[in-house]
Amino acid sequence: MMTVNPYATLAESIPSAVIQGFVLVMLALIFFGTVIQMIHHKNITYFFNNAKKAKLSAERELSTGHKAAIIAKTVVHDIATTAELGIGKRRVAHVLGMWGTILFWVASVVMIFCYSSVGAVTPDIWPMMWHVGAIMTCIGGYWFWLFLRVDVLAEAHPWYRIIKADLFVLTLLACATFGLAWSYTQSLNLENRWDDKVYLVLYILSNIALFGGVYWSKFAHMFYKPGAAIQKNLAEADGSRDNLPPLAEAPKQFGLGIKREQPKHY
Amino acid sequence: MSTFVYMTRCDGCGHCVDICPSDIMHIDENIRRAKNIEPNFCWECYSCVKACPNHAIDVRGYADFAPMGHSVRVRREEEKGTISWKIKFRNGTTKDFVSPITTKPWGKFIPKLAEGDKPNQGEINSQRLYTEPQGLNIDGELPSVPKDSFKKGVYY
Repeated sequence: MMTVNPYATLAESIPSAVIQGFVLVMLALIFFGTVIQMIHHKNITYFFNNAKKAKLSAERELSTGHKAAIIAKTVVHDIATTAELGIGKRRVAHVLGMWGTILFWVASVVMIFCYSSVGAVTPDIWPMMWHVGAIMTCIGGYWFWLFLRVDVLAEAHPWYRIIKADLFVLTLLACATFGLAWSYTQSLNLENRWDDKVYLVLYILSNIALFGGVYWSKFAHMFYKPGAAIQKNLAEADGSRDNLPPLAEAPKQFGLGIKREQPKHY
Repeated sequence: MSTFVYMTRCDGCGHCVDICPSDIMHIDENIRRAKNIEPNFCWECYSCVKACPNHAIDVRGYADFAPMGHSVRVRREEEKGTISWKIKFRNGTTKDFVSPITTKPWGKFIPKLAEGDKPNQGEINSQRLYTEPQGLNIDGELPSVPKDSFKKGVYY
């Protein structure tokens, strides 16, 4: 199962052009959902206004090279490892889910556009990447959903309480779970039994819900959060620091400091 | 006149929900970020502002605390045991302060008052508070300001 391209098997019954068209429609849904959300929530206006304010209170001018170095460092350190979540389970779960999803989506696009025609031979690396990505997404996502979600951890709500903010994580988990179930049942070669077809329909529906729900869900945080991290680090470097005080020089009598506890004292 | 959250900074960790003494910091059901559900009940105690690891919470303070148009931001560095404050007035004047973190771990160092000695009438009538002056790590008398050094005027 791990080395079989599920889209190549699917292309035996559905033309690969239809599968590719579906991916393009999903990409269009992401684009329009994000743009409409940007217009409605005025995120970009906020970002630019904030950047203007920061420039006014900057203590030093950053050169283009210095800015590029800060952005590169932010991408590698802050964005790629979601450093804003600190050290702990939330960060591990998020890194698993984030990189799992990236692997899953990249492998999907490559397999659908390059290796879904009849007779094409898929290198093992792509199906492996697709399956490993889906498994990583499931581990990180279910861990987050059942134990680490702030509603459960800090607000003491039961894990099965569903709110609008869950649209993104639940549809993403549905995609990965039904994708894996579809690939597995398809690899069993069940001779026209219902199993793989049902999972395929569920996989398609969860993809439509995930990408069609961009406007209502937290999908676009994948684009905003990196922007916010870059803005924060640039503000630290140019001295504006969003009006925050500089790092403290602690005198000895301030002691050794304390250790932050998990927010679960409800 | 209460706390508000910068949505791009908040990551929904729940530290403000956990620490708010008025239980008014909650998680938004649409975007899973923190929000103040009842701004009228906010004391501006700054607990959530200090607890936020991403500096995502800010306060529109009352005019008696600092003149309108000001900014009061806080940086809490647990490993150093410090809380730094930056107050920026509307005329551009800034003031920086650093103070120690006095927070104790949850559920520890709770004084067992029931096991202590009962205060006598002299202690009840005294203006000193419980455990003063030993509780303040002061030997001898509490420091006081002589009355003749007060400025003339009306004191409330």
